[in-house]
Amino acid sequence: MKKKIKSRKVKSLIESAIVYAMDASEDFRKELIALKLENAKLRKELDESRGLEKEFPMSLEEYRRYGRQMIVEGTGGVEGQVKLRNARILVVGAGGLGCPVLPYLAGAGVGQIGIVDNDVVDTSNLHRQVLHDSTKVGMLKCESAKQVLNKLNPHVTVVTYPLRLDGSNAFEIFQGYDYVLDCTDTPLARYLISDVAVNLGMTVVSASGLGTEGQLTILNFCNVGPCYRCFYPKPPSPNAVSSCQEGGVIGPCIGLVGTMMAVETLKLILGIYTAKNFQPFLKAYSGFPDQTLRTFKMRGRQDSCECSGKNPTVTREAIESGEINYSVFCGSRDYNVCTPEERITVKNYEEKYHNDKLRGHILLDVRPHHHYGISHVPESYNLTVKELKDMEGELTKLKDEIPDIGIDSEVIVMCRYGNDSQLATRLLKDKFGISNVKDVKGGFFKYIDEINPRLPKY
Amino acid sequence: MVKVKVEFMGGLDVIFNKQRMHQVLIDGGEVTIKDLIDYIVAEMISNKNDIGVFVENGTIRPGILTLINDADWELEGGEEYVLEDGDIISFTSTLHGG
Ligand SMILES: [Zn+2]
Repeated sequence: MKKKIKSRKVKSLIESAIVYAMDASEDFRKELIALKLENAKLRKELDESRGLEKEFPMSLEEYRRYGRQMIVEGTGGVEGQVKLRNARILVVGAGGLGCPVLPYLAGAGVGQIGIVDNDVVDTSNLHRQVLHDSTKVGMLKCESAKQVLNKLNPHVTVVTYPLRLDGSNAFEIFQGYDYVLDCTDTPLARYLISDVAVNLGMTVVSASGLGTEGQLTILNFCNVGPCYRCFYPKPPSPNAVSSCQEGGVIGPCIGLVGTMMAVETLKLILGIYTAKNFQPFLKAYSGFPDQTLRTFKMRGRQDSCECSGKNPTVTREAIESGEINYSVFCGSRDYNVCTPEERITVKNYEEKYHNDKLRGHILLDVRPHHHYGISHVPESYNLTVKELKDMEGELTKLKDEIPDIGIDSEVIVMCRYGNDSQLATRLLKDKFGISNVKDVKGGFFKYIDEINPRLPKY
Repeated sequence: MVKVKVEFMGGLDVIFNKQRMHQVLIDGGEVTIKDLIDYIVAEMISNKNDIGVFVENGTIRPGILTLINDADWELEGGEEYVLEDGDIISFTSTLHGG
């Protein structure tokens, strides 16, 4: 078993060395030398283990590296460290949660870390996804993370999966690991990860966050604890789900929750949690205005659960065959509520309206006010879809905000990406009776991209 | 009459004037969580368009966890739990970002 892990490590290091050798830059040359040394050392260790029984279970460098954690009481010392080295952890998502989890697990000496993520680093990620950096914009997040982890701890094997997890690929990937960490950002991924883990008998550390808040739990503990479906038998309505992209998120708040995931993972590996002492829980962190961490005692595994209950229908076969359709189960918001005639391109907008010196039209921006405050097109009005809804079609209320508006006005509606503006267009036409309303396809961000890149995009 | 604290977390406070903690007094003999939910819908959600954020098909919307003194309401009898003076009832929306 140990030999296998070592030869795998040697092989992957050789592969990495080849990749690095192709890049001639000085940094990579240095790295190549380090990898060669590491490779030689691992070979030596492998030879040793083939022959004589080794004097110590770890190299002297590993003793020095992990000393400060081995001497913490309760970690099990050398024995605990060997458990960490033998552990294989799969991290799904190298974003706001994955960024702190990954280096802490690598630093602690977890033997193999898998990273599933098919997204690339974007500038708008960097305020919170601090494992990546400005030079990595456009690079796959899993590869960017791997580079950092390899430098942090060469004893760790890092495997990357630059793909989107789905019912057909999840089982094969999960099977090579002991624990799965859910660092994803959609209900769909959360149900999928939990379902696959239950079917394989794996424990999941699951967390999420938004704004200044975060939540953390352990699912399917030892294949007896509650799963995601036990907590949430029905998915939330897609309209109630907010993402970091639209809801925003504070870096250290989500980072703290990710760090807590790393703590939970170490506890699982070191055997701090046992079938006897484990109690289902959900931790709720709040960053503003006071920092608080609450622990809620949660329900156990539910007999009625469709995945982990008495008569499961969410089986491996059903997931792999696609019979369980996660997109249908979780649903999606229907934004396409406007006809083609009711929509104009940003180019049309610029030519026909924006440069219109007489301003015969009213430009309505329906983004949240704090978004509008960051940047907007001059001479526009700002009312959100919700505010429009709350007026319940009363034109007088709308006139309080936009004095010049009437049922004969020509109104152009814009939002961030062209989704909410469609909903607003429908409201203005159907509820307020304004007949000449048009939605700008792709919204403010498309306008910035294609027409005026000097405006700030956030 | 029963006097409890009601708390809204995970962003649910936006429909309660952004106030997380509320003191609530409800008249009656045995007041259940079901009664409390009805009371919240009738008396505490000022904008009726927001009701769907909190309840769906007559019960708490999927994706909201209900907690009685920091314990999942499933452990305490769910909607039928009878409130006691000093109870803290928390509602938290599930977060999905990461
Ligand atoms: Zn379950």
